[in-house]
Amino acid sequence: MNAFRKAILAATCVGSLVAMAAPALAQTTLRAVMHSDLKILDPIWTTAYIVRNHGYMIYDTLLAQDEKGEIKPQMVEKYEAAPDNKSYTFTLRDGLLWHDGKPVTSEDCIASIKRWAVKDSLGQKMMSFVDSIDAVDAKTFTIKLKEPTGLVLLGLSKPSSNVPFMMPKRVADTDPNKQIEDFTGSGPFVFVKDEWKPGDKTVYVKFDKYKPRAEPASGLAGGKVAKVDRIEWRAISDAQQAVNALQKGEIDYIEQPSHDLLGTLKKDANISIVEVPQIKAQYVFRPNHLQKPFDNPKVRHALWYAFNQEDFLMATIGDENYIKACKALFVCDTQFGTTKGTDGLLTSNAKKAQELLKEAGYDGTPVLLMHSTDLKALTNLAPVAKSLMEKAGFKVDMQSMDWQTLVARRAKKDPPSAGGWNAFLTAWVVADVMNPVSAAYVNSGCEKASFGWPCDAEMEKLRDDFARSSDLAKQKEIAEAVQKRNIEITAMIPVGEYVQPIAIRKNVKGLLMAPVPVHWNIEVTK
Amino acid sequence: MYGYFFRRLLGTIPVMLVVAVFIFLMLRLTPSDPAAVIAGDNATTEQVAQIRSQLGLDRPMIEQFVIWSGRVLTGNFGESFFFKKTVASLIGERIEPTLSLALFTILIAVFVAVPLGVLAAHRHGSWIDRIVMGFSVLGFSVPVFVIGYLLIYLFAVYLNWLPVQGYQRISEGVGGWAQRLILPSVTLSVIYIALIARMTRTSVLEVLSEDYIRTARAKGQSERKVLFRHALRNAAVPIVTVIGLGVALLIGGVVVTESVFTIPGLGRLTVDAVLARDYPTIQAVILLFSFVYVMINLAVDMIYTVLDPRIRY
Repeated sequence: MNAFRKAILAATCVGSLVAMAAPALAQTTLRAVMHSDLKILDPIWTTAYIVRNHGYMIYDTLLAQDEKGEIKPQMVEKYEAAPDNKSYTFTLRDGLLWHDGKPVTSEDCIASIKRWAVKDSLGQKMMSFVDSIDAVDAKTFTIKLKEPTGLVLLGLSKPSSNVPFMMPKRVADTDPNKQIEDFTGSGPFVFVKDEWKPGDKTVYVKFDKYKPRAEPASGLAGGKVAKVDRIEWRAISDAQQAVNALQKGEIDYIEQPSHDLLGTLKKDANISIVEVPQIKAQYVFRPNHLQKPFDNPKVRHALWYAFNQEDFLMATIGDENYIKACKALFVCDTQFGTTKGTDGLLTSNAKKAQELLKEAGYDGTPVLLMHSTDLKALTNLAPVAKSLMEKAGFKVDMQSMDWQTLVARRAKKDPPSAGGWNAFLTAWVVADVMNPVSAAYVNSGCEKASFGWPCDAEMEKLRDDFARSSDLAKQKEIAEAVQKRNIEITAMIPVGEYVQPIAIRKNVKGLLMAPVPVHWNIEVTK
Repeated sequence: MYGYFFRRLLGTIPVMLVVAVFIFLMLRLTPSDPAAVIAGDNATTEQVAQIRSQLGLDRPMIEQFVIWSGRVLTGNFGESFFFKKTVASLIGERIEPTLSLALFTILIAVFVAVPLGVLAAHRHGSWIDRIVMGFSVLGFSVPVFVIGYLLIYLFAVYLNWLPVQGYQRISEGVGGWAQRLILPSVTLSVIYIALIARMTRTSVLEVLSEDYIRTARAKGQSERKVLFRHALRNAAVPIVTVIGLGVALLIGGVVVTESVFTIPGLGRLTVDAVLARDYPTIQAVILLFSFVYVMINLAVDMIYTVLDPRIRY
């Protein structure tokens, strides 16, 4: 073999090797630590946020909200309301496929909407307006209404739990009270069940046949372009270890780094802290309306003067960069967020609170305040509440327990002496509390209301009016009235907002400003 | 001896029965509700009640116990409330990391602690003895997670020699498997090194004052032979007891270590199951741990007969 031939052969071999290696080199993986390990896989069966996040990976939605909160078509090419607003017609985009290669049809979507609406409170409300949902053809279906409502668009674009994810009909036909066992979606990523090891990792791979919208990604809307081939959710439960792993490059992304570790991360030149304005949370004080002393509205009202938000926020988050004192019921800087009618409230005016308690005839009945001790973001809330309430003249019996015990106990309607409770504090992600229908704690439907069971016909009428309205200006007016009514009946008290930043390595680009941490549009560069 | 072994095996049955009843009652009597955990924060009271009913948690406690114990007797530990997997398969997935960690830990502990203990006894009162005993006190006193974080900072973050966290299965490469086990095993072994070294020192010291040791030395045997063939062998019974106890105590240690180092083993499974109130998983894991505990005790008793021919059952 002469030298030339040898050179040709060598070049061919090298070329082949490079060609063989190319796909492997091009393989990009995003290694993320989410706020929790994924244990349940049905985002309709549970409202747990980690399952919602899993849903966004593998399923798609008919409509979606962009980063401004405006409703945009997602799986649908277009949707039209009838002139009398008593029906909507939805037309699916061309080329939508399930992960098994079959086309997405109207029947799939109808079955998915129905299953979601059985479980979701907004869905249930929406269905109370729905007369029928019918397929026109394989790509078109209509929702006929008994009377006009804005809830169809609001419901089908609902960003947080339960999200109306579309599933194949065979899956969506599963009893809503049973978990699905087939995880075929039509979203930008495919769930790799064989590699799912709870307590270790959850794996997704890019769905090559996914057809993203042409528009750029914005919030949860626009083109869902998968820019990495594989995503691994690593189950690192220890906050410090997640930070260590990020600094060392063993992972690329932490969804919820602990606020007290952000200082360490900021000093690392390879790490970026990304603040997503939409990913914030609202702390909430929830009184139990069934039991003394909070069965008395005047006693409850005194709480508005007992509390101030700054104390809660500094005791829990402790960093002024990530907190916001905001008295708006539906969160500041959102469509329905307003601070009207809140002047003088939440300023720790102990004297005023004491006067109100006296007027209310408060007899010193101790308030059983449940104190969650194991979730860092919540641990310091109850001690602050206790201190402020005592200054205002309340007697407080704070009982410490882990969050799961609190969750079990808050479902009990019994008096505190028989295992019940009077109050607890928690946090809601903004996506869940942005309007009067989806915010669970303003539901004042007595037995049907959430734990705490406020019962107020006027509030329910306002919520119904909101549901009937499809005019934004009118909806804003109603939301304001709901806020005013909430101050009167004290269904809940917002005690501050905080931003939860995301920590990423600097080679991770393309995080979306969305209320849910989603992984399309994210790139991992070398 | 076989009769004794068989009787001890039979004796595990009532022990396991008592553990089963105890665990079942403890879980049911604690103020918690797996249905509420599963349902999530946005769930209504009705949704929680539906899930409770599906899981059979609304049935009388006696009925729940009869159903569960009936299944366990046939080797069926049921399905996890959360993972949609059988508990047996969950445990099966998690055994390898825990066994690997336990094995590495005990090997490190024995191979470091026994020579240290013998050396400390041999140089009784010297600076070596004082250093070994000082380390021993330190090993007892510092919590496992503190040692873990210090080692991680030094060897993984600062020196960048070892990975911070995680586990690699043996099937994916022995090198990676061993590399990821070094830090957690060393962390976990510190307390056992302290325990075993101290016990070895005491036992060997006792034996070193015996007549037969003096005889061995008088016969001109080397000091190494005297220490390791005569002294250590005769001091072995209490050391083996401590090692056996150590293996049993590892069950508690792996819970913390697996959590700190993100090792998907039985310890981590236990923590996750307890936090989520996953009754079937907690019950099965505790039963398994109890069984292992009983078996280790039995194994230690059997080893006595090998080490000391005078012991017969």
